[in-house]
Amino acid sequence: MTLLDKLSKGDDDTPPEQITEKVADARTGVAETLRKTLRSNVRQYGMIVALVLITVLFAVLSSGKLLTPLNVTQVIQQNGYILVLAIGMMLVIINGHIDLSVGSVAALVGAIAGILIVDWHWDWRLVLVAGIALGALIGAWQGYWIAYVKIPAFIVTLAGMLLFRGLAQLLLEGQSIGPFPDAFRDIAAGFLPDLGNVQGVQFVGISDFTVQLKVGPLHTLTLVLGVAAVALLVWTELRARQGRRSYGLPAGPRSLFVAKLVALGLVVMLFGYVLASYQGVPVVGLILIALIAAYSFMMNRSVAGRRIYAVGGNEKAALLSGVKTKKNTFWVFVNMGALAALAGMIFAARLSAATPKAGVNFELDAIAAAFVGGASASGGIGTVVGAIVGALVMGVMNNGMSMIGVESDWQQIIKGLVLLAAVAFDVYNKRKAKN
Amino acid sequence: MDDHILDMRAIGKEFPGVKALDHVDLRVRRGEIHALIGENGAGKSTLMKVLSGVYPHGSYTGEIVVDGRPAAFKDIRQSEAAGIVIIHQELALVPQLSIAENIFLGNERGGRGLVDWRETNRQAMRLMAAVGLVEDPEAPVSGIGVGKQQLVEIAKALSKEVRLLILDEPTAALNEADSAGLLALLRALRDQGITSILISHKLNEVTAVADRITILRDGRTIETLDAGSGAVDEDRIIKGMVGRDLDHRFPPREPEIGELLFEVEGWTVDHPTVAGRRVVKDASVTVRRGEIVGIAGLMGAGRTELAMSVFGRSYGSYVGGEVRMNGRALRLRTVSEAIDAGIAYVTEDRKQFGLLLDEDIRRNTTLAALRRVSKRGVIDLDREVVESERLRERLRVKTPTVFQKTGNLSGGNQQKVVLGKWIFTEPELLILDEPTRGIDVGAKYEIYGIVHQLAAEGRGVLVISSELPELLGLCDRVYAMNQGRVTGELPRREATQEAVMRLMTDSATPAGTVAP
Ligand SMILES: Nc1ncnc2c1ncn2[C@@H]1O[C@H](COP(=O)(O)OP(=O)(O)OP(=O)(O)O)[C@@H](O)[C@H]1O
Ligand SMILES: [Mg+2]
Repeated sequence: MTLLDKLSKGDDDTPPEQITEKVADARTGVAETLRKTLRSNVRQYGMIVALVLITVLFAVLSSGKLLTPLNVTQVIQQNGYILVLAIGMMLVIINGHIDLSVGSVAALVGAIAGILIVDWHWDWRLVLVAGIALGALIGAWQGYWIAYVKIPAFIVTLAGMLLFRGLAQLLLEGQSIGPFPDAFRDIAAGFLPDLGNVQGVQFVGISDFTVQLKVGPLHTLTLVLGVAAVALLVWTELRARQGRRSYGLPAGPRSLFVAKLVALGLVVMLFGYVLASYQGVPVVGLILIALIAAYSFMMNRSVAGRRIYAVGGNEKAALLSGVKTKKNTFWVFVNMGALAALAGMIFAARLSAATPKAGVNFELDAIAAAFVGGASASGGIGTVVGAIVGALVMGVMNNGMSMIGVESDWQQIIKGLVLLAAVAFDVYNKRKAKN
Repeated sequence: MDDHILDMRAIGKEFPGVKALDHVDLRVRRGEIHALIGENGAGKSTLMKVLSGVYPHGSYTGEIVVDGRPAAFKDIRQSEAAGIVIIHQELALVPQLSIAENIFLGNERGGRGLVDWRETNRQAMRLMAAVGLVEDPEAPVSGIGVGKQQLVEIAKALSKEVRLLILDEPTAALNEADSAGLLALLRALRDQGITSILISHKLNEVTAVADRITILRDGRTIETLDAGSGAVDEDRIIKGMVGRDLDHRFPPREPEIGELLFEVEGWTVDHPTVAGRRVVKDASVTVRRGEIVGIAGLMGAGRTELAMSVFGRSYGSYVGGEVRMNGRALRLRTVSEAIDAGIAYVTEDRKQFGLLLDEDIRRNTTLAALRRVSKRGVIDLDREVVESERLRERLRVKTPTVFQKTGNLSGGNQQKVVLGKWIFTEPELLILDEPTRGIDVGAKYEIYGIVHQLAAEGRGVLVISSELPELLGLCDRVYAMNQGRVTGELPRREATQEAVMRLMTDSATPAGTVAP
């Protein structure tokens, strides 16, 4: 018999039902549960609320232009590569490091992809795979110096920023290469194929606070995908709820659960509908959804993800708990390199050209996204969804400000202030929680 | 009439889900040493943080009266201006700066933005003399021992014209000589009219030095005892702390010692950075199943270094030696290999090496044995909650749920979480390094009980402790180490305080010899 069994079967043994009651502070009502979840996730919900507010603000300022199906699609396509970088950067920051080289890595991989496709006529699919592998290799190079030689990531990746930018310029001899074949360009600019031409009621936009609709074709596959996503969502949430039950853990009030599902489902459907009113889900959008799902799962549920948090939270404690901290950090940088490569190729596909100046300041956008999205500068804290929300806050602001004609110097000033405000809000909240 | 320097009335302080203080009263007379004691999580540190403005006025209820006038400190600066200085459980020195710089940190000598170094060093020397610290004022703080760092903290307090000095577990990390020195200093300060509040779990110190003692339990004041001239003994204090008589400091136990479980032979380790400096020299130790074995030694004897080095070479560079488990030689090159082999090492420094302070109890509990709650690399989050909740209940960690951040727990509760984490790995050999540092008597008793239980299941336990009574009360056999060598071994009946002490300070005896 194990100690645990014995411990849990001691004289004053607590039956599992009682344990679980303790876990939830007894069975609590709707209001109480809601208050608790909100309070313990101020940061997460705060960012989402901020995103909604910023969206509404610019929707109003641009008299509805922000929310037209065309513009929503464009926001996704304009920010796709930053979102990809933000996911990787979030992992790096959670792990307790930083990566300044991602923009240069993106440029270098974009340049090599350009040479391979345009000059050497390689198949674009092969190039995509080779490019990601090359990115991983670059990540391994940096990860080696950071994890095993213990040179601070700030310095290694600063060196990498210069090094890979220089290599990209050298390879391109200061020129741009292009154009790319359409199939490759579709990664950034294309849409999913349609199943057939279904006529329906299209969403046109919102102006003067009224929804404008018109009769026209809808992208069927997108609608189907939307329904499928909602079904998947409901199924996983139900299963999770059942799982909690089977352990005797409290699952929270049913009404709240249903309300949450309905709200989430509506958001997904609405989003799908808006996209379907234009040309459907962009290819980058699909790539992003896959990445977000995979990385969220990894960080929330997998042993590997848990260890990435542990190393960032307290490297020595993680080491003494059997975590191979060096290997862990090494792989986080390999991953960052691969995602930077992907971002670089998406960017090249979007411009339909590989240029030596590609990816300048990408690292700053990605880092800003991570911190706006709730990462902690000292590591150990942050979520993938946070990185996405953070990147979208910045992306919607970029888009919205351009739309209403804010000049680019002012755009920078405002974005800087927003970054500072988001982190200050975070610090303030933490302090309040302490007292 | 009594002259009170401090009167705290009906202080209440709540954290989300925890009532840390509930109508606590504390009255301190001018010029006394007032001990504040209570179990882990009783609210001692919280009360002192309320007093010193760490928790500002408005974030607590009740009233604070200093020198007869109501006080409403908004931050530490204001309480320091009133002559109240707190020295926290974790020292707050800047390691790279010199002793003098640390003493006057935030309070620099000189004017118009310039530091007057001559004046700084001259005044630092004066303060260092006052606390009995003999060092070069320009030496960096990182180069002196913990005991002396503690003195630097006090010198720093003196530089702020302190009238009420608060020390939160100042001797927890000190050896006996340094502790005694510190207590003597407190007495000397008292003679100069400085009042102090001392928080400590070492009851012998409390009875030796305190004029009065206030006992807290579960966030409430239980009583204030007059303790001048040894009027109160330890048993009396314990009764106040735990609410009942605690007849024995150690739970009863019938040792059942089985076959040989674990052997270390000829273990030799070098310092990680200083080449050629041997930290552990040819050390050999054995543990049988069901046996609790202690390692005694002074600070720097190489005990922690030996344990950590055996535990997957997590300290220093390995030179030689063999580890056998159940008679089979093992190669433990990484911590995970050691864990897989059934070894657990509970660190002496829970904050630095033991816990992820930003994460909750649940995630800390499972970190070293994620395999037990996962399948193919995917964690079963519900099972994790249930398992960690069970451990929390049985180890009596005082907090409503396992979702509490470990950084918010009191020291004793943090220690229990670290212990729980290693019990969760189901080890065959559990190495405990200073398992009760900073822990109250009641919790110590509980931890000893858990150790007994582990041994009774046929596991081996190796205990490193600087408190001799603990080793003698807990262990079936005691090794002594000195300057990296095992200087001897004594079975329980021969292990008296004097005999072990002799071995601990004796470097002439060759390794492995059994003392007569
Ligand atoms: N920031 C915080 N957030 C939530 N709970 C807290 C926080 N700080 C302290 N607590 C809780 O308040 C109670 C009192 O803690 P406190 O640190 O004052 O205990 P203590 O008497 O100093 O214990 P120890 O002897 O272990 O140091 C504990 O239950 C602790 O978990
Ligand atoms: Mg305390």
